[in-house]
Amino acid sequence: MSATTTAPTPTITTTGLVEIHDVHKSYSGIEVLRGIDLTIAPGEVVAILGPSGSGKSTLLRTINHLESVDRGSVTVDGQLIGYERRGDKLYELREREILRRRTQIGIVFQNFNLFPHLTALENVTEAPIDLGLASKADAKAQALALLTRVGLADKAAHYPRQLSGGQQQRVAIARALALNPKVLLFDEPTSALDPELVGEVLDVIRDLARGGTTLIIVTHEIGFAREVADRVVFMDAGVVVEQGLPEAVLTNPTHARTRDFLAKVLA
Amino acid sequence: MSTTLARPATPSATGAPDRVDLGSARVVHTRHWFRWTISAILIFAIAQFAWSLVTNANYEWDVFAQYFFSEPVLIGIGYTLSLTAISAVIGFVLGTILALGRLSSSVLLNSISWAYIWFFRSVPLVVQIIVWYNLGYLYPTLGLGTPFTTDFWIVEFPTVQLISAFAAALLGLGLHQAAYSAEIIRGGLISVDQGQHEAAAALGIPPRKRLFRIILPQAMRSIVPNATNEVIGLVKGASVVFVIAIPELFYAVQVIYNRNSRVIPLLLVAVVWYTVITTLLSIAQYYIERYYARGSARTLPPTPLQRFRTWTAVQWSRLGDEPRAPVPPVPPAPPAGTLGAAIAVTPDAGIDANEETR
Repeated sequence: MSATTTAPTPTITTTGLVEIHDVHKSYSGIEVLRGIDLTIAPGEVVAILGPSGSGKSTLLRTINHLESVDRGSVTVDGQLIGYERRGDKLYELREREILRRRTQIGIVFQNFNLFPHLTALENVTEAPIDLGLASKADAKAQALALLTRVGLADKAAHYPRQLSGGQQQRVAIARALALNPKVLLFDEPTSALDPELVGEVLDVIRDLARGGTTLIIVTHEIGFAREVADRVVFMDAGVVVEQGLPEAVLTNPTHARTRDFLAKVLA
Repeated sequence: MSTTLARPATPSATGAPDRVDLGSARVVHTRHWFRWTISAILIFAIAQFAWSLVTNANYEWDVFAQYFFSEPVLIGIGYTLSLTAISAVIGFVLGTILALGRLSSSVLLNSISWAYIWFFRSVPLVVQIIVWYNLGYLYPTLGLGTPFTTDFWIVEFPTVQLISAFAAALLGLGLHQAAYSAEIIRGGLISVDQGQHEAAAALGIPPRKRLFRIILPQAMRSIVPNATNEVIGLVKGASVVFVIAIPELFYAVQVIYNRNSRVIPLLLVAVVWYTVITTLLSIAQYYIERYYARGSARTLPPTPLQRFRTWTAVQWSRLGDEPRAPVPPVPPAPPAGTLGAAIAVTPDAGIDANEETR
């Protein structure tokens, strides 16, 4: 695991530190993650690249404990998401507590996963209201502000199916933002989109990148990674092969596997 | 026509006959000879049957009319409806619990739910009702007391007193229904995309809200048609409780025709009432389904009532119009008179609604 350089950490932000330590994960005997170590500074924007099956999405999902890990640990601001550490023992937390901790970490899925029976506005207000974080009126006002921020104020009353893919993904981003997460995870946010709709979603993410929230983006958009990310991490076969500044990793990769991948993707 | 289309846009030398303005050309629709023949045969058969209903004296419509609103029949309907309603509620509440048990990660809950469903789907409903009704043979008294003994020192009831015929019927129908409802509800729940569970979990939405606000409303789309089927089945299934002499609809007409031997007209009384109940339930189903279809289609199709209004609006607007424009964009002045004036407001809205759904 050779780290070329460590990324510069800009920002005044002090929350949103993600520490991934020696994470292993297997599915039915196949090891998908084989010892991942990664520290992501508060406010840092990290792009994770790699061929399909390299474990990028799995790694992302261990961060908000949608997947538990077999070995190692993931902490956000020093706090484990699924467990409580007392002495040398880890106590599995009750679901309610896991859910509470998880709200610090937003995730945007490849397939949006918007709630189809709720309008765009209701999609955004659902979690804050259910969790008792805001009154209905406050949640609604905040949701409208978020929808305005992603450029969809006029679509608030539309159902997901009445929206284009790009619009749906922007609603999904607004929904993730509604809980004021410290860390925002993007799992291939533009892979399910028609090419002409990719730009509008990337614009929103680019905006967030300036905002000081920690962003971890699994993506195939090399150009976007180069432009927005503070650091690029290249994964293959469950390990981090190479990481560093975008120009370094994407222009002068030191590893053959990175070169192969980039050659294929940029071809 | 195809030759014209295949040609480049420049006018050809062949002259006028080929250059038809396609926009204004008359369209000749396909003739559906087969469809029309079948329709004619069916209409004939239906008419023939309707004619026989009127002319065949064996139907004894006078007897039918005499008993249709008679007291025992109305009481019977009351029993049928209350048996259906209560056992449906028992069935769906218990069924939901069983379905959640089946989906639970607890092995014990899972196996108990599975065993319940297995058992109550195996035992015929009639047998179950008879057993509940005769529970006193197995357990003469029921009560609370020392476990694993029959020493009921806290409370004790004779079983026959505790379980009346009506209670036995409710137990039988409700428990039987729960087994079937459980599978319908489980089927609905597992049909919801895994991504929905994941998204709700990722947003930290608590389990109960996740079920009732996110998953169940989506599952209802596939639960409602099957559940209505079950309730309608229950309306008629309730007639099996005649084995323990509860005077529900079917039993009531049986009693009457055993006395006066007018079997056909009295069975028709029951049939027509069952049809009425089923019709009402089907209408309810339509609107419940429509409610849960929110967001599933870009625009919901109009309800029959809306469609009827649109249709009448169009017909009305046609009345005062030239025959060449079938659907006028702007409704013409309504015919003179108060009725016309009252309706005049609707055509506009009606046509708009119609156009939106296309």
